[in-house]
Amino acid sequence: MEALILTVLLTSVPLIFAASGELIAERSGVLNLGVEGMMLMGAVSAFAASSIFGSPYVGILAGAVAGALTAAVFAVFALGLATNQVATGLALTIFGAGLSGLVGAPFVGGTIDGLPTLAIPLLVDIPVFGNLLFNHDIMVYLSIGFIVIIAWFLTQTRAGLVLRAVGNSHDSAHALGYQVLLVRFYAVSFGGMMAGLGGAYLPLVLTPHWSEGMTAGRGWIALALVVFASWLPSRILIGALLFGGITIMQLAGQARGWTIPPQLLSMLPYIATIVVLVIIARNREFARANSPACLGQIFIQNK
Amino acid sequence: MNNKIVIAVLGAAILGAVYWMTTGEKASQVVEKSDGAVKVGFVYLTTPGDHGWTYAHELGRQQVEKHFGNKVKTSYVENVPEGPDAARIIRELAKKGNSIIFTTSFGYMDPTIKVAKEFPNVKFEHISGYKRAANVATGNIRYYEGRYVQGVVAGLTTKSNKIGYLASFPIPEVIQGINAFALGLRSVNPDANLSVIWVNSWYDPVKEADAAKVHIAEGADILAQHTDSPAMLQAAEKAGVLGFGQASDMKAFAPKAQLFSSVNNWGPHYINKISKMIDGTWTTGDGPDHWAGNDWVGMSDDYLVLTPFENMSADVAKAAAKVAADIKSGNNKIFTGPIKDNTGKIRVPAGKTLNDGELFSTLNYYVEGVKGKIPG
Amino acid sequence: MISMTPRKHIPLSRTLLTPVVSIVLTVIIGAMIFGLLDYNPLSALYEFFVAPISRPDQIGDLFVKACPLIITATGLVFCYRANIWNIGAEGQLIFGAIFSGGVALAFPDWPALILMPSMVLAGMIGGIFWAMIPALLKVRFNTNEILVSLMLTYVAALSIDWLVRGPWRDPMSFGFPLTKMYSDAALIHRIEVPFVGMLGQLHWGVVGALLFACVAAFLLSRTILGFQIKVMGDAPRAGRFAGFNPHVTTIGVMAIAGGAAGLAGMVEVSASMGQLQPNVSFGYGFTAIIVAFLARLNPLGVIFAGLIVALAELGGDNAQIVLGMPKVVTGVFKGILLFMLLAGETFNRYHIQWQRTGNKLNLKEK
Repeated sequence: MEALILTVLLTSVPLIFAASGELIAERSGVLNLGVEGMMLMGAVSAFAASSIFGSPYVGILAGAVAGALTAAVFAVFALGLATNQVATGLALTIFGAGLSGLVGAPFVGGTIDGLPTLAIPLLVDIPVFGNLLFNHDIMVYLSIGFIVIIAWFLTQTRAGLVLRAVGNSHDSAHALGYQVLLVRFYAVSFGGMMAGLGGAYLPLVLTPHWSEGMTAGRGWIALALVVFASWLPSRILIGALLFGGITIMQLAGQARGWTIPPQLLSMLPYIATIVVLVIIARNREFARANSPACLGQIFIQNK
Repeated sequence: MNNKIVIAVLGAAILGAVYWMTTGEKASQVVEKSDGAVKVGFVYLTTPGDHGWTYAHELGRQQVEKHFGNKVKTSYVENVPEGPDAARIIRELAKKGNSIIFTTSFGYMDPTIKVAKEFPNVKFEHISGYKRAANVATGNIRYYEGRYVQGVVAGLTTKSNKIGYLASFPIPEVIQGINAFALGLRSVNPDANLSVIWVNSWYDPVKEADAAKVHIAEGADILAQHTDSPAMLQAAEKAGVLGFGQASDMKAFAPKAQLFSSVNNWGPHYINKISKMIDGTWTTGDGPDHWAGNDWVGMSDDYLVLTPFENMSADVAKAAAKVAADIKSGNNKIFTGPIKDNTGKIRVPAGKTLNDGELFSTLNYYVEGVKGKIPG
Repeated sequence: MISMTPRKHIPLSRTLLTPVVSIVLTVIIGAMIFGLLDYNPLSALYEFFVAPISRPDQIGDLFVKACPLIITATGLVFCYRANIWNIGAEGQLIFGAIFSGGVALAFPDWPALILMPSMVLAGMIGGIFWAMIPALLKVRFNTNEILVSLMLTYVAALSIDWLVRGPWRDPMSFGFPLTKMYSDAALIHRIEVPFVGMLGQLHWGVVGALLFACVAAFLLSRTILGFQIKVMGDAPRAGRFAGFNPHVTTIGVMAIAGGAAGLAGMVEVSASMGQLQPNVSFGYGFTAIIVAFLARLNPLGVIFAGLIVALAELGGDNAQIVLGMPKVVTGVFKGILLFMLLAGETFNRYHIQWQRTGNKLNLKEK
């Protein structure tokens, strides 16, 4: 059982990264549907850097940078040139999937030493939970750290307030003198960096090789997850474990001889997300508090 | 720019197009001439970088190039989805003057048959299907022979008596593989069991890795796969368990975990069929038994090759080599009764051996030693 | 920073010229990429853009490839003009395929005259059914239609996967995830063009697609329905004063988009596949979104945009066959093409000035 929970935990990590990054972008009012493309760029760069420099830690860095750069492409068009966010995001996914395949071609067939696990002394010896919670690679700790920082940033800092203001009403934020586009640029780039980290986790830990399109739709799940979490960082954590849990449950169920069609299980997260959307929408106060009102809307700066 | 100019230009373009289309040759008769060398086309389901199924075909294509030199010119199209695009691409290869076209996934069966009707002078080779036509041959490898040997090695090596198997789709080829594995397993270890996870994909590395980890978490200490990526072996390597590679040698990905790989060696088949096409003796491969045809071969012809036995004791390696030799020589027919299904019912009586047709059409159950039920 | 002011008047020539400039830019960037990858840029461009349409039958195939994109994107134009962001066309397309496939498989003996219209109807109902979920949730609960329609796409993909692998699987398919073949009456046939013969795979569905786009263009520009959609999209408040009901508009445009996507699914399966399989769409629903935008939400533009996107796809396949260029290059190229066309649209609509201002993000007291 412990090993199964561990698998769930690791499967959730890319989702936590990508979804919490997208959460920041969406909180600033930008819907970037290109998560899949950014994750792929992160994955290929992480793998390439690790195999060139021989260190998976360099890979983490490369994944983050590549994700942020890919997001910057999106920002140039969707923010700078005010192109439609939905269309630009889809274009980014196509572009990222292609470019990652191109960049990764020389690395196909190679393998790297994945990230080592770093047991936290003392804590790891706690019975039952110790091994489950405190015996992981650095990115697992990082993902939790980011969730905490993001939650703190959004609610406790002035910059977080500005970010939310921009997402809730870019016109008022602009009237107050905030640089809407600059805020969004930072938010989108951060989102890209996190998606890059999420992508990097695949070759660095989950399956240490590179192959085209290896994210296989996890970027889209991350998008669902943001909504499922109703734009709250803490719920990303719960949601990612739930989404990851369902994936693993479906596989484990088969190994144990269950006969529920796996497709029906796989549908659950999406249906749950829709239910959450309805609940949020019905509870106006809650909706106003968290869901960014300007999500997906174009802001044009004219002086 | 003036609007009228724009309209005039557009109008002229449309008129020109209409003229060109009506004066063109009859559309379906256009075939480009090849420049001396015989052109051979390949259609791949994924990219050769999958390191499994498509990679094995790519190695076969490279053998063709090496064997024929500049007498043959090959080209391939990768990532071709099993749908209308497949027909369009096969057709395009035919029109580009390819004399023989290998379509290397089951899902290309109907598109291949459809396009073949339009190009009676082009030869088509569909891998792993069962429909033939005057110019469509089928070819396949007896993958299950290698899986029987895998089962023997697993049975002699396992300590937990739990074997994890990753499967793609419940098609005959895969069911044969699971059952052959289980027969091999039970032939040496009556206590060992096989549990199967259907990944519902040929190629999804992360899901394959997840499924492998689930098997390991459930106590499996040996893994086998009928999916294409090296992810399962990498998961095994990391967890310190053992496993078998699929379709091509995956040792590079898991030097400590790979017991051996059953390698699909397509080169001889391709070279054979291309040579026959060139000297005019090409046949559709239809044999006395429609299912198998004449081109369903395995270890005996080195179409299925086992990589060196590693990461196992010398005794096990010796036993495995003996079994492999028996299969190769035809002494071990694998699907020979008595065979019980996993509910204990006798499905094949003692003394009877399933023929090729029966392997396709009657093997719709798991044999003894496999847990669960075939889905669908 | 950049400052953009909307142009008051956009001449037609400018509108027609911008995509040309975008494409030329893409071609130049593409040539540089091909050069970097050690391909002869000129021959690569030829294989990408010219060779795939150098024979009449290839033109036919180009239209076939564009067919589902044109139908779906035309439907989406209605939504987007009304400011309703339905991005779940993929799911609606799949449900169109499921419903029409259900009819085709259940009544294989019906004659084409009855079966074909029933399938068209069933396909549209399937698409509408799937589009009504986000539409009604939006009207009733004010949920975000972008997210609901996106989620439903996954549910749709899993539904057809389950059907084709489970209850609807052909017992004679030996475990392969395929339904029975449609009866002949359920198939859309190829067109025999007078004096020319068959043009590749060109089928009657393409004619339907082109007709649909033309009808849509008429509806949007010449009827009160089109006016209502435009008003509700541009100025919902004014629309309400004019007596238009926003809920009715939402449901209406979602129904049109869903019905169109469902029809595209029906046509694609019936003309090109002849049976249901786990993948019936290959992302047409998502690509159609891009097509709708490239066409600037103009149904006639959709035809051209659909053809351009289809050409990029065919060109990629051709470059693979002839030059051995990997498939991923097509993705990069397509991505750049889309970015350029989207940016071109901005340059078309806005007057853009670049200003050097030193304003930094002001996070301190304001």
